[in-house]
Amino acid sequence: MQRGDYLVRKMGFALATLIVVIVFNFFLFRILPGDPVKLIIHSPRMTREAQERIRTQFGLDKPVWFDEERFQDGDIIGAFDTQFTAYVRQLLRGNLGVSFSSRLDVGQLLAQRVWRTVVLLTVGQLLAIVLGMALGLIAAWRRGSRLDAALLFWGLFTWSLPTFFFGIILIILARGRLPVGGMVTPGLRPADGLTYWLDVGRHLILPTLTLAILYISEYMLIMRSSVVEVLSEDYILTAKAKGLKTLQVLRDHALKNAMLPMVTIIALTLGYTVGGAIQVETVFSWPGVGRLMYEAVQKRDYPVLQGAFLLLAISVILANLLADMLYSVLDPRVKAE
Amino acid sequence: MKALKQFLRKPMGVVGAAMLLCVVLVAVFAPWLAPYDPKQRVDVKPEDILAPPDAQHLLGRDDAGKDVLSQLIYGTRISLTVGFVASFMSMFIGTTVGLVAGYYGGRVGNLLMRFVDFLMVIPDLPLMLVIISVWGRGLWKIILVIGVLYWTYTARLVRSQVLSIKERQFVTRARAIGASNLRIIVRHILPQVVPLILVQAVLDISASIIAESSLAFLGLGDPTLVSWGMMLNFAFERAFSRQAWWFLLPPGFAIVFVSLGLIMAGNALEEIVNPRLKSHHLFDPRRMVSLILPMPPEPLEERV
Repeated sequence: MQRGDYLVRKMGFALATLIVVIVFNFFLFRILPGDPVKLIIHSPRMTREAQERIRTQFGLDKPVWFDEERFQDGDIIGAFDTQFTAYVRQLLRGNLGVSFSSRLDVGQLLAQRVWRTVVLLTVGQLLAIVLGMALGLIAAWRRGSRLDAALLFWGLFTWSLPTFFFGIILIILARGRLPVGGMVTPGLRPADGLTYWLDVGRHLILPTLTLAILYISEYMLIMRSSVVEVLSEDYILTAKAKGLKTLQVLRDHALKNAMLPMVTIIALTLGYTVGGAIQVETVFSWPGVGRLMYEAVQKRDYPVLQGAFLLLAISVILANLLADMLYSVLDPRVKAE
Repeated sequence: MKALKQFLRKPMGVVGAAMLLCVVLVAVFAPWLAPYDPKQRVDVKPEDILAPPDAQHLLGRDDAGKDVLSQLIYGTRISLTVGFVASFMSMFIGTTVGLVAGYYGGRVGNLLMRFVDFLMVIPDLPLMLVIISVWGRGLWKIILVIGVLYWTYTARLVRSQVLSIKERQFVTRARAIGASNLRIIVRHILPQVVPLILVQAVLDISASIIAESSLAFLGLGDPTLVSWGMMLNFAFERAFSRQAWWFLLPPGFAIVFVSLGLIMAGNALEEIVNPRLKSHHLFDPRRMVSLILPMPPEPLEERV
């Protein structure tokens, strides 16, 4: 199979996943008790016109997903003119509904916050990836040494550490020295320029450190086993026989080849990291999508919850697709499996 | 017997198993160990609220004036229940899917594996968060959600093993003498994968305990049963600003203690059961532990 086919297949899978997520998201919030749209409709705070608008927007006068009567009348296309198609139509227009608690448009609410989560995750992940790969390389190189054993144990230890609890520990340790909550010191505004951004940077230290330290060990462990495998290959022996220094062998031969699996792992870990972001943002009151989700859980703000979940799921699906594409570029051997 | 001897020679595994045993004993004997009954109503005086540790209350009191140590001891029961039941569920689902996908293969097998891929892509904490907040809080709901979501790694593991086992001679022979597919799976293939599955289940217990505590910390724990995650949630929301560390730290360290014990024991078991299991692409970010294995090729220095 050619690379083109490989990519088409991966895209097909991503698309299928996306569709399943959307269908799931629709039915979860409709069928289980506590239907969000019905709740909005019955909210006493809504004006009659607003209720009417939502009713038509979400097609609440129609059946949930399939109109049997119209189907029997021979109107096959019309049979699908239902709440589900109305939901998808609204989704395609970017309309994710209105928050119960803040009365704001969910799409806007998410757009406001998404970059904060992106910053947090990007900085934390970059740190973790670079340090984790370096440590993994060292551990594999010095396999069996005391350093290796210590790194492995550290890996096991962070494994058993819940993300939120590690955040709490860091807060206790750093209390008084670093800001432990929020995104910026109250009173500062973006108009303050550099002072503002430096302050944001200081607030970013602890949350990103929490994510980074926990994820370092994951990348380290993968990198270690990947490098150990590469080091047993014959080309390493050849490189060594050519008279290259150990450092050169590690950097130019071992690192490059061992990095390949990392691409997939980084993408796969992302789904997990997103869960970590919810915990970290909750602990450090970092006003991103994760914190928004936590608040939505507390307030039973279903439209926000639904929108945030969709956003997170779609991002992770797309990131995985991107990793697959990147993989096929990086590894010329990629054909089918 | 041989496996037990091997296990006893691994210090990490023995320590891990001892840690786990401690926690199990605490859970079993909770009513005798706990100095107070956490369900009992207490008359609270203002000075009892978040009172620091003293001789009567070794870990101080919480924001309702209740003994923290007793809650911690009773919380053991909840965490272990979640861990064991959820991982049993995921073991069952994962094994079944893995056996079917590996043995029969074909379209059904492919479809099952695509479903596994699908579940692996969906971020699981947000998913659990959404399901539990719509469905309602409850211990059994949490266990069910974790069990139903955490089986993907087991399924992949079992499938890859079955793919190679089913080509082996004893399977061909069994088929030749007319054994049915079901019989081959249950009598010949399953026993080969059971040790691996059990190791995975041990690691799964820790993953499930951490998942429950995260959900409870995010405010989705069972309101009638105070788990460690829930204690942390209360402590973080109500006692953090008053620096009541005796309320905040013990439940966290309890989670770390039990899951570290499980991971150490599981890791040692895995080394025994499957010395040649390599990482390949069989990994799950939740359980990358299974990748920390000794891989025998000599290190660079010795070879050259």
